[in-house]
This record gives sequence, C-alpha cells and structure tokens, in this order.
Amino acid sequence: MIEPENVPDSCPGPSSEGAGQMDGCAGCPNKQACSTGQFRTDTSPAEVLASLQCVRNKIVVLSGKGGVGKSTVTAQIARGLAALDLSVGVVDVDVCGPSLARILGVNGQSVHKSAAGWSPVYTLDDIAVMSIDFLLSSEEDAVIWRGAKKNGMIKDFLSSVDWGELDYLVIDTPPGTSDEHLAIVSLLKQAKITGTVLVTTPQEVSLGDVRKEINFCRKLRLPVIGLVENMARYECPKCRTVSEIFPATSGGAQALADSEGMPLICSIPVCPQVGQSGDNGVEGLDIPTEYGILVEQVIRFCDG
Amino acid sequence: LIIWRAICISEAVVSTQSTGDVCGPSLARILGVNGQSVHKSAAGWSPVYTLDDIAVMSIDFLLSSEEDAVIWRGAKKNGMIKDFLSSVDWGELDYLVIDTPPGTSDEHLAIVSLLKQAKITGTVLVTTPQEVSLGDVRKEINFCRKLRLPVIGLVENMARYECPKCRTVSEIFPATSGGAQALADSEGMPLICSIPVCPQVGQSGDNGVEGLDIPTEYGILVEQVIRFCDG
Repeated sequence: MIEPENVPDSCPGPSSEGAGQMDGCAGCPNKQACSTGQFRTDTSPAEVLASLQCVRNKIVVLSGKGGVGKSTVTAQIARGLAALDLSVGVVDVDVCGPSLARILGVNGQSVHKSAAGWSPVYTLDDIAVMSIDFLLSSEEDAVIWRGAKKNGMIKDFLSSVDWGELDYLVIDTPPGTSDEHLAIVSLLKQAKITGTVLVTTPQEVSLGDVRKEINFCRKLRLPVIGLVENMARYECPKCRTVSEIFPATSGGAQALADSEGMPLICSIPVCPQVGQSGDNGVEGLDIPTEYGILVEQVIRFCDG
Repeated sequence: LIIWRAICISEAVVSTQSTGDVCGPSLARILGVNGQSVHKSAAGWSPVYTLDDIAVMSIDFLLSSEEDAVIWRGAKKNGMIKDFLSSVDWGELDYLVIDTPPGTSDEHLAIVSLLKQAKITGTVLVTTPQEVSLGDVRKEINFCRKLRLPVIGLVENMARYECPKCRTVSEIFPATSGGAQALADSEGMPLICSIPVCPQVGQSGDNGVEGLDIPTEYGILVEQVIRFCDG
C-alpha cells in the first residue's frame, strides 16, 4: 500500500471522506492523487471480516458455465447441512438471475434493516437466506446493473447482514469469472474463503468453461473442495434404461478432475423431482444420494 | 455499404455462448473453429470461417490457451465487445447472430448501446421449461421491453426426452408453471418452438461438427427468424 509522503499537519487523512478536497489539503503535493482516491484504503475486507466473525466456514459454489445447476447444488448443500443441525446461511450473489430464494421456498419475502444490519429471511428448516430477490418490488423486475453497482450490493450482503452465529455460509455465484467473482474474493480476503465447489455437466462445452474457473481459482489461490458433475445421466422411469443425455465426449468430469489433480466429489443424475421441488421451493423427497456424499465431503474438508 | 441484420440471442439458462460472452465462449467449439487465430489488417480483424462458411468472431481466437480464464471487469469486456462489433471485416452478410452470456448486465447493455444506430432486427429468448428458468426469462423480457428491443419470440429448449430404448417421452425439467407456452401467452409473444433434449446435438456441439438427426424444431426456428426479418 502506497502512503502519501510529505503530508502537512492539517492532513484530514487519505482515506477520509474529503481527502484531497479539504482546506487542509491546500499546498499538499498529494492533493490531486488523494482527491481521486489513490491513497484510500479499501476497508471493505475488514468490514466483511468483522461482520462474518461468527461464521465458521465460508463456501463458494462456482461454475464457468450457466445452467449447470449451481443454485440447485447450493440449496442441496445448505439443506443437507441444516438437516445435521448445523446453522447455515446462504447468499445469492447472482443479482441478474437470483434463483436461490425460489428453490429454498422464500421468494417474494421482504427484509428489514435494523441497527444490527439486514435481517436474513429464514426457511422452514432454519436456513438464513439473503438475496436481491427480497429487495425487488416484483419478481419480474430485471436488475440491469453494471459491475460497480453489483459489487456494491455484494459488499452489503457480506458486511451488512445480521447473520448471527453460523457454522456455514454458502455463497452462490453467477456463471463466469467477472465482477461478482472478483468482488467476492476481494471482500473475503481477510475473512477467508474456506472452500470452493465447482459444478459442471459432463459435456466438453461445460468442462471447457470449468477449466477456466479452475484457472481462476488457482490464480487467486482459492481452496478447492472438488468438482461436482451434475446431470450426468438419466434413468427412464418406465424401462429403467440409463442414458447419457449430455454425452461426456471428453471423459466427463472424472477426466477433468484427474487432469487437474482434484477430487470429483460426486456425479449426480438428472432427477426431475429435484427440479420440481426447486420450482416449488420445497424439500425434495427421493433426492439423489449423491447430494449426501457432497455434504459429507464439504464437512470433511472444512473440519480437516 | 454493409448490409446486415443483427439478431440478439438472449439466454436465461445454459447452452451456447460466444461473441458477447467473454468468460464462457463456447460457440467457437460448437461451430468447430475453436483454437484458431485471427489476424488484423487495415480492413479490421478477419473472422474465422467454418466449413459451411459461417464467419465467427469470439474471444476464443484471442486466447493463447483455451484454459485461460478471462477475468475481466465490465469496462474491459465492453471494450472487447465494441471491437467485435466495429472492427471486424465481416464483408456482406445477410445475418449477424450475436450470442450473449446469461443475465442483464454490462455485456447486454453494451450490445444494445453499440447497436443503437445500426439497430437490432430481432431477439430470440431461450428458456428451459422449469420455473427457475422462466423466472429469469421474465426479467430478460422486461429488459427487452425497457430497451425497446424487437422480440422474435421464445424458444423452449430441453423440453422433453425420449428414451432411446422404450421411446417413452419424459419431462426431465418439469414445467411446474406451464412451461414456456404459459409464459409466452402471458407475455403476448410467440413460442416459436419447443425443442427436445437431443444427446446428438450436445455431442456434435462438443465435437464441433454439424449434427445428423437434429430436432426438426430447429428448422421451424430458422424459418421464423427469416419470416420476422423479412416481414
């Protein structure tokens, strides 16, 4: 961090509100630089650290690709942890397509702000949820925000929510490697991300994007719990034939996991009941047992 | 004078990505031209041509490796999109089809803004049948309305799956709220077609070849695009 030099005694401080513009800045060689925020310390990571000090583990669910089931996987991780009597919170950082509130059955609810911060919305199984869904007047409202505004919202979600004590905070992200992802990594710099889960489907067009996401995690030194392969196969309800609806032309997620030296945590089948219960915001019956394996692995990684 | 019609394909959920999607550019692979390079001349960047003569521009061609993550903020992405739209030597085209990433953010605003004078001829909105997808597509429709983009119609993808053994047709993504038809009706726009899950389409996309036995619904989609643009 570069500090301004030769500051006068009247310096208001480089991070202050009027830095570079106060009477005390007159004649200071750093005036110009200060007024453009060059020396302003970003206090956001510290604010997030303070806000999340009672949150034991922070998990981020990522994918390079859209539509692979990140939100569904996030919801299942949260439900699985909650079923073990762990205290769980979920943040949906996808401000353009915030599906998590619906999947967890709390869409359309409102939040209120108190001195302690925003209070999250609680599901029937006691998962604390924060999502832009709760701030929209209508679910049809498009959130047409550029990067900087999205980042501001993400910062609020991480630093201004009264989570209370949590064993796990699970963060759902939009697809890609852009503003939102950089914001999360930056904001959690001090609080620390405990682990990431990467979701893919078997086909190469998905794996290709997930390779980029792995690359992103490596560049930013994020701990990776492992890969999850979603929609890996489908069993016909009539004749029980199992088909690959998204053919794994390049070896699927197993081949990717092997080549990247990371675990394939599980390979989950397409399960229409999961989709249906997600749409209805209820806990699914007969959900694939692979989700249980995923939850166990998350716990094992975080406890280890 | 370059004559072209710009069609924006706006997605709420999954599948093909390209020109406007700098983070997840799949279209080069699907069209069988991934890993190629482009060169720049006085006339601009020359696009890469597929075997069936489709001119393609994608950030894929500018990466040294396909594994390189493009970790760019909005402003930088917008700069690339501007280059793609203003500095490529397309020649004469009947159609320019623009693929976008999911969402309603920087890239989408950039495209709409950059094409303000050239004009977007039509948009196609893709969804899958379930409500979590339709919910996001409602926002995308809202986006199109706010920005007065002409909408050709909705496409429902992965609508059903036929078992290759017993031919039973199943809904793998149940349409809990009436699927794309209900959405199209409530929004007063056409549902152009409802496409089944077709593993061969996924497979040929991965291999970058033209699929055999692709669903006939794609033909309906193409006819409708032409009809809309000619109308």
